Amino acid sequence: MRIDMLKSALVLALLAAATTSALAAGSEADFKAAYAAAEAANKEAGTMRNQWTTTAAKLASAKKEAAAGDFDKATASAKEAEALAKASIFQTTSEKTRWKEMEIR
Amino acid sequence: MASTIRVRATSRGEITEVQALIQHPMDSGFVKNSKGEMIPPHFIQQLSFQHNGKDVFLADWGGGVSKDPYIKFAFKGGKKGDDLKISWVDNKGASDTTTAKIQ
Amino acid sequence: MNVRSAIHFAATALAFTVLTFAGAPPAAAADTVDPVADARAFKKYFTDKFPKVKLEDFVNGPYSMDAGLHKQWEEKEQFPPYEFALEKGKEMFSKPFKNGKTYGDCFPNKGIGIRQNYPYFDEKDGKVVTLELALNRCRETNGEPPFDYKKDDMAALTAYMAFTSRGKAMNIKIPNDPRALQAYQKGKEYFYTRRGQLNFSCATCHVQSPGERIRAEVLAPALGILNAMPIYRSQWSGMGTISRRFTSCNSQVRGVPLKPQDDEYRNLEYYLSYVSNGLPISGPGARP
Repeated sequence: MRIDMLKSALVLALLAAATTSALAAGSEADFKAAYAAAEAANKEAGTMRNQWTTTAAKLASAKKEAAAGDFDKATASAKEAEALAKASIFQTTSEKTRWKEMEIR
Repeated sequence: MASTIRVRATSRGEITEVQALIQHPMDSGFVKNSKGEMIPPHFIQQLSFQHNGKDVFLADWGGGVSKDPYIKFAFKGGKKGDDLKISWVDNKGASDTTTAKIQ
Repeated sequence: MNVRSAIHFAATALAFTVLTFAGAPPAAAADTVDPVADARAFKKYFTDKFPKVKLEDFVNGPYSMDAGLHKQWEEKEQFPPYEFALEKGKEMFSKPFKNGKTYGDCFPNKGIGIRQNYPYFDEKDGKVVTLELALNRCRETNGEPPFDYKKDDMAALTAYMAFTSRGKAMNIKIPNDPRALQAYQKGKEYFYTRRGQLNFSCATCHVQSPGERIRAEVLAPALGILNAMPIYRSQWSGMGTISRRFTSCNSQVRGVPLKPQDDEYRNLEYYLSYVSNGLPISGPGARP
């Protein structure tokens, strides 16, 4: 009876360990994907000659958070960086025509 | 080495107006350089203006005075052709002095 | 032709006419780059906005926008903070390179009294050449390492060259070359385009809000804004060139700055200098 209990305890422990590591690995993969997307968007903004300093700062903190192991936070930061990069792209595109509204004529 | 002190003193009746520009980094000791290292304090501590051997302006400065300080003041009793001697000593013991004629 | 087909014919003709007229004017406006008209409108905008400011005084930026600042500046100009850089620039300018040549050998009139002609459009290169760029090219041609564009040595040199042109009218030329017109137009576009997370264009501050404050600073009008360069800026506790100002303005609106002397900046300098033609060179200058 005691050996069975020990066995099931061991199985439970192993299961728990497996689940936790599965969760952690998922977060890191999520982060990597989010960071790659943010970097790509920021790079595109770069080709359009209008990157924001705040995008670069957010990417940096995402990287820092990931290095510290906090993947949830890092993924959130990476997603925010992507949003900032995309906003900068939107700004550049719309300003291609909108600049004329400011022009002294 | 060229003087770090530029001075102009003009007498108008009883009053002599003095302007001076001094070249000095005036590092407070609280600012970091681009590498993140603290720039050590380096500033003028004593400044004096003397007319005919008598002090007409004395200053005890600290790190709060900005780089390349500009001073302007007026005193009574100077006249055209008189000597005005300016000297400073900084926290590293360096000093400079110059004499100008009141115009 | 019966009534019905006549009406139909008329309607079609009218439709075509409307379409033609609707199509033509915008296309014409987009194709024509008229720097002369732009410059006239630019000056009119600022002189209308500030009727009490003399045209030549616009080059003094915030000091012409605020009486209190003006008084402080008048006093300061008796002993200007850029004096040290100016002296250093004069020394540097006359000192030969290791190969024996001097800066004067790279420029018309030995480099004296020519600042008001910069930037110019180099038809061989197909690009705008600024004074800062020309100075570093001169150095590199003569085997010397280039200077950092933003401050110190470059600022000292341009301070001296500006000083030799003090009082001369800004005199930027746009040759009859479509590439030059395009560079001018690109510079104009850059000036009015919003950028950075704060979504400001140069015009946001210097066209919409001159004389008003941004935090503690009084904003300068865009007219004549480069005429006082390079400047000793109290905020910097030192000198800064046009390159320094362009890059720092970018980062101040949270836009990643481009590299000094990138095409965009050269074109911007071209535009801003051209629309300020006629205003005197006042450099080197001092600013808060």
